[in-house]
Amino acid sequence: MNKKSLAYPYIIWMIGFIVLPLIMVVYYGLTDNTGSFTLDNLTEILVDYNYKALWLALGLSLISTLICLILAYPLAMILKKISLNQHSFIILLFILPMWMNFLLRTLAWQTLLERNGVINSILSMLNLPKLNIINTPYAIILGMVYNFLPFMVLPIYNVIVKIDPNVINAGKDLGASNVQVFTKIILPLSVPGIISGITMVFIPALTTFVISDLLGGGKILLIGNVIEQEFTQAGNWHVGSGMSLVLMIFILLSMAILAKYDKKGEGTAF
Amino acid sequence: MRRRLTGMVLASALAITTIFGGCKGSGSAGENGQIVVYNWGEYIDPDVIDMFEEETGIKVVYEEFTTNEDMYPKVSSGAAAYDVVCPSDYMVQKMIEEGLLEKLNYDNIPNIANIDKDYLESAKQFDPDNEYCVPYCWGTVGILYNKTMVEEPIDSWDVLWDEQYKGEILMQKSVRDAFAVALKKLGYSLNSKDDAELEAAKQELIEQKPLVQAYVIDEVRDKMINNEAAIGVIYSGEAIYTQRENSDLEYVVPKEGSNVWIDGWVIPKNCSNKEGAEAFINFMCDPEIALMNFEYITYSTPNKAARELIEDEDIKNSKVAFPDKDVLDRCETFNYLGEEYDEIYNNLWKEVMSK
Amino acid sequence: MKKIINFLEKFYMVLIFLLLYAPIITLIVLSFNKSRTRAKWGGFSLKWYISLFEDEAILNALYTTLILALLSALIATILGTMACLGLRMMKKWSRNTVMSITNIPMLNSDIVTGISFMLLFIGIGMKLSFKTVLIAHITFNLPYVILSIMPKLRQINMNTYEAALDLGASPSFAFRKIILPDIMPGILSGFLLAFTMSLDDFVITHFTKSPGIDTLSTKIYTEVRKGIKPEMYALSTIMFVTVLVLLLIINLKPAKKDKKA
Repeated sequence: MNKKSLAYPYIIWMIGFIVLPLIMVVYYGLTDNTGSFTLDNLTEILVDYNYKALWLALGLSLISTLICLILAYPLAMILKKISLNQHSFIILLFILPMWMNFLLRTLAWQTLLERNGVINSILSMLNLPKLNIINTPYAIILGMVYNFLPFMVLPIYNVIVKIDPNVINAGKDLGASNVQVFTKIILPLSVPGIISGITMVFIPALTTFVISDLLGGGKILLIGNVIEQEFTQAGNWHVGSGMSLVLMIFILLSMAILAKYDKKGEGTAF
Repeated sequence: MRRRLTGMVLASALAITTIFGGCKGSGSAGENGQIVVYNWGEYIDPDVIDMFEEETGIKVVYEEFTTNEDMYPKVSSGAAAYDVVCPSDYMVQKMIEEGLLEKLNYDNIPNIANIDKDYLESAKQFDPDNEYCVPYCWGTVGILYNKTMVEEPIDSWDVLWDEQYKGEILMQKSVRDAFAVALKKLGYSLNSKDDAELEAAKQELIEQKPLVQAYVIDEVRDKMINNEAAIGVIYSGEAIYTQRENSDLEYVVPKEGSNVWIDGWVIPKNCSNKEGAEAFINFMCDPEIALMNFEYITYSTPNKAARELIEDEDIKNSKVAFPDKDVLDRCETFNYLGEEYDEIYNNLWKEVMSK
Repeated sequence: MKKIINFLEKFYMVLIFLLLYAPIITLIVLSFNKSRTRAKWGGFSLKWYISLFEDEAILNALYTTLILALLSALIATILGTMACLGLRMMKKWSRNTVMSITNIPMLNSDIVTGISFMLLFIGIGMKLSFKTVLIAHITFNLPYVILSIMPKLRQINMNTYEAALDLGASPSFAFRKIILPDIMPGILSGFLLAFTMSLDDFVITHFTKSPGIDTLSTKIYTEVRKGIKPEMYALSTIMFVTVLVLLLIINLKPAKKDKKA
């Protein structure tokens, strides 16, 4: 049963449906309508509006990733403390919301944040000033943090849980303070989880077009929206593919970073 | 426990594949084949589709789009074969010019007689010999406003640039509609191919952006009903529906003029069931059916026989659904501007969006 | 002091879970809303639950979604399990190459993956259909399956397996009795994960589907413009509660499960 050949169907599948599609994107990205080679589709990113959309997407996704990290790390520590034998249950608590459709969940934020929405109704009942963030970049950041937080919590939690308590005890026995235990032991050991979490939040946040579409009121154009519109509205697949290639550069960078810090593949979310 | 779980998964998988096999059988064509219909969102009474299937034995696969620009690449790429599509005027023209459409055989569409001659006449602007397109709905673009949230009655596009309504304005998100508003405000044609005029319109739209609450397509309907905004740019067809739900709303076609549009049924070249598609178009032109659709979607019908069947006198004579001639005289139809200007409009719009 | 920290920790956790579950509660509440628009509370009503079962379009989309999730998760699990077993026997560098490529669909953005599929299918002249969506789903499910199984496989002590072979067990018998039980939790969690991912996908389906094939996601996306039908909220609530109840049942007897695992 343990034979190399078992992997062949998968390898064929992989070449056919992972490698080949990417080659198609590269082909479209580097050719024009007539099929001849060009770099114009790549340099299209330098056009004012595309460039701005990329910067805005980079900015918003960086902020969201940072917020996710700040929220997730303490949470992972707390989760570790309260639940030594409920590992799977904790994971499920974070996966559970995914059973409500992603679009509906994001739309629900519209209902919550709208001018006459739930949060504002509650605020006005308490005589507090209204919160007007719907259709602004803040709403998009909120949407990103909300949707991708689990992808930050789980990898960090996974590595923290695996830290050998003996290492921590040894540190304490040798006279380390709680702060020192954290900075010298826990934090360094959790780096793979953090890196993995950062990539898993940053990439989808950088490339989303749905969140900005649903919570940005159509006023905010991210690079994802630009690509989506090239394909679905302008019908210009070459430019769309060119932009996708530019995006892939960022993805490759993240993969390289991930590979560097997370050699053993410990920092996966699941 | 573990083994039972695997057993369960396998058993359910097996059951599902059997169902799946069964579904494929029933999912395939009706007794007289099937047609794929590609229409605007909520642009038909669902019962009408059932009735068509029952009467003709042709199965309908129904799919929706949100803007002409969304629809176009799907049809032109040929990734999927559609039998009947419902684009607007300028898009029909574009598709004719690009050779994407099939000529209609009117022998199969005798109900065309129910369509008011006036509309077939205006359809000639984009379909010169009425060869490709049968009008389905028509209307104007105008401003919907909430009487309780504005100071005085509104009659001009200028209100969309009025500082006091900052954050209260809903603009249309599709390129042509947005530019039509700005061009008309400036007194230009909404088919302008003058670079200076377009640049000025772009500047107007950029200036307007901070005042706009959101750029929307059909969401404008719900947002206006829910008092989320005071003023919105909307298609006349939605006005009757929104007024029914929220009586504070009022629709007006601004004095500077606006867009009058016609959406019509066309058959793409790569269709797989042309007779079925023509049967569908014919069915849509039946007075009773057109009336059902009108009552469901509240978009004005060009079907003369259907309009006479409308029982509610207020609606039958509604100035919103069937505006007076002087209103229509100040409105223009969109023309297809050619590939070059399509791209110019798109790029200008992207500039507005990225500000 | 310890009490305060304890309290703060609990408080923080409650806040995070509030953030995660607030939209879900909103949707559940909306499903009982008598009024059709989502901004107004028109009183409690069960009518959307009743009309849900008469709404053919939604039921069809649900059916497609479930079939798609089940088939894609199942096929991905089988392919992925086989791949993991085979990969173990491969040379290090070829294994690493395969693993890096495996990571691509997971790390690549949905939009690029979706588009690349569309370009491929059109490029090889394959008409978009249920099959193309299924292929796409299997592909993006595979890394999740493989990454769930791989760690379990690494922990296996091969000596036991070899000992069994030495004692005369056939390879398939030894595999079933020794390796399979050890990696089963990984296979199961890979399957569940794949199922969930497929269920939640919108972007890739959006680019690979043909007309007439709607999953709940694509159905919702077209409905967004004109206002979501309340039946959709009702359906989501039913699905959510079902999963929640299932999970509670499974987790209420963790002791039993642990002993056997």
